[in-house]
Amino acid sequence: MSSRLPFRSRVLTALGAALLVGVFIFPIWRIDLEAPQYPEGIGMLIHVNAVGGVKPNDLNNINGLNHYIGMKAIEPESIPELTYMPWIVGTLLVSGLLVALWGRRAALVGWVSLFMVVGVLGIVDFWLWGYDYGHNLDPQAIIKIPDMVYQPPLIGSKQLLNFTAHSWPDIGGMMAAASFLLGAIALYLAYRKPAEPRPARAAAAERALRPQVAG
Amino acid sequence: MRAPTKKLILATVSLAVGGVLLHSCRGGGTGATNLAAGDAATRVYVPPGQHDELYSFMSGGFSGQMTVYGIPSGRLLKTIPVFSQSPENGYGYNEETKAMLQTTHGFIPWDDSHHPELSQTDGAINGNWLFINAVNTPRIARLDLTRFETDEIIEIPNSAGGHASPFTTPDGKYVVSATRFSVPLGAERDVPIDTYAENFKGTLTFVKADEPGKMAIAFQILMPGFNYDLGRAGKGPSEGWFFFTSYNSELAYTKLEVNASQNDKDFIAAVDIRRAEACVAEGKAQTISAPHYHNVVDETTRIASSTVEPSVKLLDPAACPGSVYYLPTPKSPHGVDVDPTGEYIVAGGKLATVIPVHSTTKLLAAIAGKKFDGEVSGIPIIRYEDVIAGEVQKPGLGPLHTEFDGKGFAYTSMFISSEVVKWKLGTWEVVDRIPVYYSVGHLMIPGGSTKSPYGKYLVSLNKITKDRYLPTGPEMAQSAQLIDISGDKMRLLLDFPTMGEPHYAQALPAEMLKDKQVKFLNLAENANPWVARSATEGGISRQGKAVHVKMIAVRSHFAPDNLEGVFLGDTVYFHVTNIEQDWDILHGFAVMGAENSELIMVPGETRTLKWIPKAIGVYPFYCTDFCSALHQEMSGYIRVSAPGTSVALSAKTSRKARTQLARSAGIPGGGVGAGPSAARAMPAAVPATGGPRQ
Repeated sequence: MSSRLPFRSRVLTALGAALLVGVFIFPIWRIDLEAPQYPEGIGMLIHVNAVGGVKPNDLNNINGLNHYIGMKAIEPESIPELTYMPWIVGTLLVSGLLVALWGRRAALVGWVSLFMVVGVLGIVDFWLWGYDYGHNLDPQAIIKIPDMVYQPPLIGSKQLLNFTAHSWPDIGGMMAAASFLLGAIALYLAYRKPAEPRPARAAAAERALRPQVAG
Repeated sequence: MRAPTKKLILATVSLAVGGVLLHSCRGGGTGATNLAAGDAATRVYVPPGQHDELYSFMSGGFSGQMTVYGIPSGRLLKTIPVFSQSPENGYGYNEETKAMLQTTHGFIPWDDSHHPELSQTDGAINGNWLFINAVNTPRIARLDLTRFETDEIIEIPNSAGGHASPFTTPDGKYVVSATRFSVPLGAERDVPIDTYAENFKGTLTFVKADEPGKMAIAFQILMPGFNYDLGRAGKGPSEGWFFFTSYNSELAYTKLEVNASQNDKDFIAAVDIRRAEACVAEGKAQTISAPHYHNVVDETTRIASSTVEPSVKLLDPAACPGSVYYLPTPKSPHGVDVDPTGEYIVAGGKLATVIPVHSTTKLLAAIAGKKFDGEVSGIPIIRYEDVIAGEVQKPGLGPLHTEFDGKGFAYTSMFISSEVVKWKLGTWEVVDRIPVYYSVGHLMIPGGSTKSPYGKYLVSLNKITKDRYLPTGPEMAQSAQLIDISGDKMRLLLDFPTMGEPHYAQALPAEMLKDKQVKFLNLAENANPWVARSATEGGISRQGKAVHVKMIAVRSHFAPDNLEGVFLGDTVYFHVTNIEQDWDILHGFAVMGAENSELIMVPGETRTLKWIPKAIGVYPFYCTDFCSALHQEMSGYIRVSAPGTSVALSAKTSRKARTQLARSAGIPGGGVGAGPSAARAMPAAVPATGGPRQ
């Protein structure tokens, strides 16, 4: 019955969906700014529903630094994504569990595809925010350097004036990636080998081993 | 489940877990790992009993004082009180020195001191005096370098924010002060702030400073209402010129951080001093009413007195063509520094992306050829291209100040990128850079602003301290770093904490000062009207409600030390003379309930403490500076009685002190007053020599 998910795919899907709980607990992304006069570090954490500092007040202090180059202040309340992202992730989480429960392969295809679309859109959206902050600078900025833009790296490290910006997924983001990977593995397993009753496979394995033992 | 699948899942899970671990590792500081290399420890180590190579004078910043450090050890040697009261030695609290802090605004107990400037002869440090400015209530002080004391303070009128001060001319004739905050200077000073453009003006003040005790404002130049930031005199080919940076050519009066940062170029004002002097001599300057205080310590009485000078000569450059020119300079320039040859004028455009360097040769040629590009308030603007010698490209971020090593290199502090950058004069190429911790303001090379830099060391005066020392709560010492500049590459030698945010510092070789240090004052020359040169000259006298006590301090007693006949409602003046004539034997004097501070008397000196008792009773006084084996015994009592009671005015010396006196003098029962019956009471009349200022 090829349209049914094998048991292990259902388990992996359920596990993957469950991992998304981490997105609500841990930050998804982290941007660290490194400069000589910040030996203690300064940085930002992006949660599913909030943007905040690595330390209390870091976000305020980053906004304070950014005003010199005319970057607009990062104000979490003005980022609409932070209100609907939890619903999207929540939907992914619940639907993933339902897919695992229902056990239809087509449903898993749908879930993994949805996850992929959400992931790609999320990354594009993140890049667009970075582009906007980095390029749309106040023409009255205090420090203006010809041709200089301040877009943080999407992922990786980049020198922005006296700061080196490091942008990497945080625990929540890693767990989301793991969730997606588990879904993808579940799908792979569902397609690679049609569901086979476990006892039959065990018997086949025994048959395969026996001649060697005898030999 | 098949093995490869398991591995895949394991990998996925470890990705999630690994992320957690990775995050706990990332971040952290950069500073702590930067260790001074090689023989740094021996380079800064001054063995016990030996002395530092240089004296470094660092401004006390918002303490209003001056601090003195030994270089290369970075040890604090002394804090010299200048613009702020000092409870540590009574400066500004005792009656002799209160006048030093008098201004037209009244008694000002604090200021913000920025730039020490050692006096010069022919462009070289001469070790005579040290000048320092007060920014908040603009003043310039002159400090004596044989006593490390403030001897003279002159107030700068028609000025607000005395920041570009007190830089000297190479001949030592003038020190200058320029307005950081332009203000209304006309007859009408009560004007709306939004009339800034028409009513607010700046001034450049030239203070004659080559004679101690006779500082005087020679003239002021009236300038457009920009913010004048720093200044340096020309030398060599540029001698006779003075250069001042200005920002806020936008004439902003609100939110300056944005509104004064819009123009790509502001100006350096180049003043032809001789031309301005000639105009003043020809009577082209207006004499305007501008009362300002001049406070001077008398050499023999050591009492400060104030004179109020009524007016200044104000020169409008429009009435004196050729006295001032504007050099366009990117962008909001802060420091302006002239190289040892006098040819190059280096600007620190704090928001600029290059370090612009102007040429004296080109400046003089442009003036001769009248290559002007407009004017501001009658001040011709020279075209940037006609005066620029070169630009240092990509120097770093936030260039502020430059000093020179005398070997053809310049060193510029970079506030934003927190580094010192070394570059070559003439080729304008960056040859070395070194990070500093954190956010350097001024930097200082001994003699680095003069014709003959001492070189060898560079001190980075940093604004941010953070983790450099053991943390001490939210408020910490400032941070300085000593850097070796003797080789091709700069090397960090030492971190040391500094007090009150030194802005600038200057340094000179110890040999120039150490052998001429005064060890004590000659008691015979003490001309304080209340001096008591021996125990027999001590006593007590009354002048209405004022009671004057003349007292000696000597190891280990005061004489007299039992005082009676003082009534509630009296004001008591303790005139205490340290009659020691020995090196480093200081005495202190403190009395319970005093609302000012203690006194510290150096040997041979008289100081006066004003004391108003609040309740009847007997109050102890004692020596605060641990002076001798019996320092703890060095004390006495003053009795305060109810008004109307019949306690006679008396000043006695206790049995204890008499015994000591006898022992030290070898006379049995000698000293002041052989017994209570012989108590000395000074005549009620006040000595004709007069009293200290009250």
